[in-house]
Amino acid sequence: MASISPARRALAHAPWSPAAWRDTTFVASGVPLQFAGWAVLGSVWPFWAPVNATPIFLVLAGTCALTLLALRPLTRWQRERCWAMLGLHIPSIPGFDEGRAWEVLRGLRKPEVWRMLRYHLIVGPLLAFGGLATIAAWAGGAILACTGAYTWALPDTSPLSSVDKAHAVRVGMLSVVGVLLLVAAPWVAAGVRRLDARAAVALLGPDRAAELERRVEDLAEKRASVVDAADLERRRIERDLHDGAQQRLVSLALNLGLARETLTGVPDDAMRVIVEAHEEAKEALTELRNLIRGLHPAVLEDRGLDAALSGIAARVPLEVRLRVEVEPRASSTVEAVAYFVVSEALTNVVKHARATAVDVAAIREGARLRLTVADDGVGGADPSRGTGLTGLARRVRSVDGTFRIISPAGGPTTVTVELPCAL
Amino acid sequence: MRIVIAEDSVLLRAGLIKLLETSGFEVAAAVGEAEGLLAAVREHRPDAAIVDVRMPPGFTDEGVRAALVMRREAPEVAVLLLSQYVEERYAADLLSTSTSGIGYLLKDRVADVSVFLDALRRVAAGGTALDPEVVSQLLLRRHRDPLDRLTPREKEVLALMAEGRSNAGIAGALVVSESAVAKHINNIFAKLDLPHAEGDHRRVLAVLRFLDGET
Repeated sequence: MASISPARRALAHAPWSPAAWRDTTFVASGVPLQFAGWAVLGSVWPFWAPVNATPIFLVLAGTCALTLLALRPLTRWQRERCWAMLGLHIPSIPGFDEGRAWEVLRGLRKPEVWRMLRYHLIVGPLLAFGGLATIAAWAGGAILACTGAYTWALPDTSPLSSVDKAHAVRVGMLSVVGVLLLVAAPWVAAGVRRLDARAAVALLGPDRAAELERRVEDLAEKRASVVDAADLERRRIERDLHDGAQQRLVSLALNLGLARETLTGVPDDAMRVIVEAHEEAKEALTELRNLIRGLHPAVLEDRGLDAALSGIAARVPLEVRLRVEVEPRASSTVEAVAYFVVSEALTNVVKHARATAVDVAAIREGARLRLTVADDGVGGADPSRGTGLTGLARRVRSVDGTFRIISPAGGPTTVTVELPCAL
Repeated sequence: MRIVIAEDSVLLRAGLIKLLETSGFEVAAAVGEAEGLLAAVREHRPDAAIVDVRMPPGFTDEGVRAALVMRREAPEVAVLLLSQYVEERYAADLLSTSTSGIGYLLKDRVADVSVFLDALRRVAAGGTALDPEVVSQLLLRRHRDPLDRLTPREKEVLALMAEGRSNAGIAGALVVSESAVAKHINNIFAKLDLPHAEGDHRRVLAVLRFLDGET
């Protein structure tokens, strides 16, 4: 940084540089617009004559209404000025720039309206004075710089064209002042332009904090609907598998079983094939059943978390102490996540922890659902390795939950998950 | 023996009809939804009904609800529920009313033809048939304490007993003599402090109460 030499900078701001002219036109074009706010504010007063007894409050109300109505067009023009002359894009504000013109009148509670007022009535006019100063610098500079030429061009008889030495010095000094003003004018223009642009972005565009807030709300809503859709999809797959593949497989296994029991006089080889096929079909049924139960168990929907969790607790070959207190029930998506969390955590315990007992608790505390799975195993679980824990954490985060695992080497391991009860 | 079938999958319904008819049962009616089941039971008064748990229109637990209605309207008709999954919670609900003439099996079990028909006959005769999967869930739940006192063989006998098998059935499944089974059962009842119950399904009830009880 700071590698731009003073000479370069001076050159960039030379009176003939394009930047100087751009800044000057920008600043000068702002002057009428920036005084427009005051003009609107003052426009009603000539019509107020105490004599014909127009009540003062009517006049005040009229002034306020006019000013508010002027906000939107003034703002639009200012934005267009910034865009046309500086290439500076100031986005419109969703809650402010839409709808009918008179709707602005109801907007006094909106922070945007107050920011606009600040620009058009306070900051703008101050900048307009800056603009006037810029114009004055240019005009004054030009006139004074020409003093020498002017006196030189005058006929000798004119009283101004004295050959007196003191007079010549005065003319010279005025010319110098003029040149200095011409040199200074671009700097003034640049300064005013910078202030104006900053004020316009801050006061005429959307507020960053409000914009972010709106965006966060929007995203949260979108994510909730994505999560719900995923959950719905899981249920649909479960139903499809149940109605389709599973029924077909049961029927197949039934027919094979029937063949195995009833066919007589079949060669041994053929019988062996039938028996193998039958066993395969049964294996496939068991696998499919476990898969479906992992997707979304029907009992979860019918009877809630307690029934579904005692179902998995009973399937785990460990001592599981289960405590479920979730009244009233959480939303079905959250229940599905809670079920998944406990199911995955227990699978991990069985696979890695070498535990003898697990405590599982699902307790509703106000609007939060707190899940704990604590085992007495060897610990050392690392969430950065192994897909089980990362998948779990990801699913928890998808509903804005928090996931914590404490698992020192040597154990024990405690997984704590908090979920919001409603999305 | 006359049977009514309620199963919404056409394929499986046809398979069941074929299975039952080849094995000497008479299929009085085969329907696709719960309303039709109740009508068919009223009309035909069968010995047993084979009912799919998940049926139209809601595809949740229509079969269970129909079964409960049937228990009220025609208690003499045995009900064998088939389900894609067995959940101990459903089993507990079903068995809370009565354990006679009721069965709850995984749908997959129809593939093991003889085991399935055995369960059907047991239920039709007023007994109980509980899926091994449910029983193992119940056994797992009851982990500590008295169960640890049982020998592995006694645990096997207990599981088969909980499924609703008779002494002869247990003996057949474990390939031991019936008197050996009777001895095991005596030991089990003594070790678990269960009241001695006469009759198969009373015995099932006692065992299930023990397994289902909290600690």
